[in-house]
Amino acid sequence: MKESEKIIADVTSGEYEHGFVTEVEQDFIPKGLNENIIRLISKKKEEPDWLLEFRLKAFRQWQKMKLPTWAHLDIPPIDFQDIVYYAAPKRPSARKEIDPEIEKTFDKLGIPLHERGVLSGTAVDAVFDSVSVKTTFSETLAEKGIIFCSFSEAVRNYPQLVRKYLATVVPSADNFYSALNSAVFSDGSFCYIPKGVRCPMELSSYFRINARGTGQFERTLIVADEGSYLSYLEGCTAPMRDESQLHAAVVEIIVEKDAEVKYSTVQNWYPGDAQGRGGIYNFVTKRGICKGSGSRLFWTQVETGSAITWKYPSTILKGDNSLSEFYSVAVTNNYQQADTGTKMIHIGRNTTSRIVSKGISAGHSQNSYRGLVKVLPAAAGARNHSQCDSLLLGDKCGAHTFPVIESDNPGATVEHEATTSKISEDQLFYCRQRGITEEEAIGLIVNGYAKEVLNKLPMEFAVEAQKLLQVSLEGSIG
Amino acid sequence: MNTLLKIENLHASVGEKEILRGIDLEIASGEIHAIMGPNGSGKSTLSAVLAGRETFTVTQGSVTYDGRDLLALSPEERAWAGIFLGFQYPVEIPGVSNVNFMKAAVNEQRRQRGLEPLGAAQFLKLMREKMAYVEMDSSFSGRGVNVGFSGGEKKRNEIFQMAMLEPRLAILDETDSGLDVDALRIVASGVNKLKRPDNAFIVITHYQRLLDYIVPDVIHVLYKGRIIRTAGKELALEIEKKGYDWLIHESE
Repeated sequence: MKESEKIIADVTSGEYEHGFVTEVEQDFIPKGLNENIIRLISKKKEEPDWLLEFRLKAFRQWQKMKLPTWAHLDIPPIDFQDIVYYAAPKRPSARKEIDPEIEKTFDKLGIPLHERGVLSGTAVDAVFDSVSVKTTFSETLAEKGIIFCSFSEAVRNYPQLVRKYLATVVPSADNFYSALNSAVFSDGSFCYIPKGVRCPMELSSYFRINARGTGQFERTLIVADEGSYLSYLEGCTAPMRDESQLHAAVVEIIVEKDAEVKYSTVQNWYPGDAQGRGGIYNFVTKRGICKGSGSRLFWTQVETGSAITWKYPSTILKGDNSLSEFYSVAVTNNYQQADTGTKMIHIGRNTTSRIVSKGISAGHSQNSYRGLVKVLPAAAGARNHSQCDSLLLGDKCGAHTFPVIESDNPGATVEHEATTSKISEDQLFYCRQRGITEEEAIGLIVNGYAKEVLNKLPMEFAVEAQKLLQVSLEGSIG
Repeated sequence: MNTLLKIENLHASVGEKEILRGIDLEIASGEIHAIMGPNGSGKSTLSAVLAGRETFTVTQGSVTYDGRDLLALSPEERAWAGIFLGFQYPVEIPGVSNVNFMKAAVNEQRRQRGLEPLGAAQFLKLMREKMAYVEMDSSFSGRGVNVGFSGGEKKRNEIFQMAMLEPRLAILDETDSGLDVDALRIVASGVNKLKRPDNAFIVITHYQRLLDYIVPDVIHVLYKGRIIRTAGKELALEIEKKGYDWLIHESE
């Protein structure tokens, strides 16, 4: 084994930190998927008829759809009848709002569910398996007219808003997994920022899978009304198990005239073990629309977890002079597979998009960037710049890029740059000669490589992401 | 004499090719040794072997540093023990600023020696002080390690790093190559400021001119993997005048 390989092997043998299971009494529905199951989920959630109809329609569409096979992924067959689609922790008593065990779980994950002593200025909607167990700072935010609550609560309390926006950016039948999600989604987060309001704190959703044999299907719906501002964070973890679990979410973001939304994700689902056993299948549809003129949407993602990732946070640039940026770091190690990227659809005039994608592959993993930049005939003066870099650690992993550019406007400017590099033995030796250990050196080099993206994250998130990059790659060189 | 480094019958190869073919060398604290010799004589290999580069295999001989078996140590362990290599071709590390790089290096070395890490203020003060040694502008600290640096800036950065780490044995591998006279003067004055009775330098150079600024105690001439001549500083002038051929001729 070459020296650099040995080092990568050492550095990428890190342990997943959040692999514990919470012992809590849960309410499960029978496994399997049919109209009765969907009716049961809807009934458990005491939903209005329109939402049940929405689900059933999506289910009927889903039944006619085929699994997508175009991604550069090797996905083992999934038995959709072998999944429990709803699992909710039981309330310990009528008086207690939340099970102390669950509160402890989130504490352990670094997500406080109480408001006292929280200095970070982050409000959180905590989703545990199929339900939102707690949303913090709802009342403080309500004083500014901001709605931040679980999706179920939004359906109960703000049905007009939910109906107005639901599935307007990601139609149910958009793809196989969005249709599945639309049929069985159980909870998620809802957020509405009124006109001209600058949200005074970061809002966040934290998704935790706990129960065995279940899938998690949640929806996030974010609406930023004219001239408003929001920074939204999303995090996720799951227990270590030998069998894989499915997570199929839908995120929709509506950005009205002159509003700005920053959506940052640190995705740390259980990635499976070093032999490729277990891990989450993360098949997610995220899309936003810059609806009004001058609206801005920024995606930043740090993807380190999941056995398989299939995810393309995208923006429809409909408003004139609207702007969207996509910054991504995707790390794959061991036998992880990721096919991730973005779509920028330019419709309005003078719309601008920027894509910066940094892939890091180690072990036997496969890491693909897939992007589409589409400029419609009306999008005069549209501009895009894409930069896709791949970093390889070791020689058994793969990095691939699939950039597609479709421009129907001759005046548009579309630029694409791509690089592939390796951590060189020279770099490692240079660091080690200065007394920096192998592991630290790789962390330093990888973080340097990803810096442009990490810089876009909110401060606290950036620190966490940096650590995560290093842990994810522990033992990777090999 | 307080021996810091003792090399005995050192042989080293790359693959099948033997490059060092029996080196003997002894350096005491407080000394500066120059190693000269024509291209391909094994000068850079010797420095790389001393720093622990795994590209080379030591096939025979021993190296004792400060009473320890140097060859048994990893590159970082050698650094912690006070060995510094000034690279002939300093490596670029994009996205990692000089300040972060040096902080990682200095604090890891301190940790290994049982010292507390330096706080931000102390560290920046130290950086400013040492940057002045090599007349480096403070804007360098925020830039990526060696990224976009000119040849001269890279070499000054090596001397700056050496000043930060205060090694006991510094090996400068052709630090003078590609430098103009001003840069050469700056680099040399950095070395002279760092010279102390308890440290030692190995200055590897192809040309005599560096030795106008750094005055060695001993000069060794390396040829085909062996030291063919060891003498005082006046040897450099003779080489300047007559080249290496006469030495090679005498040795054969």
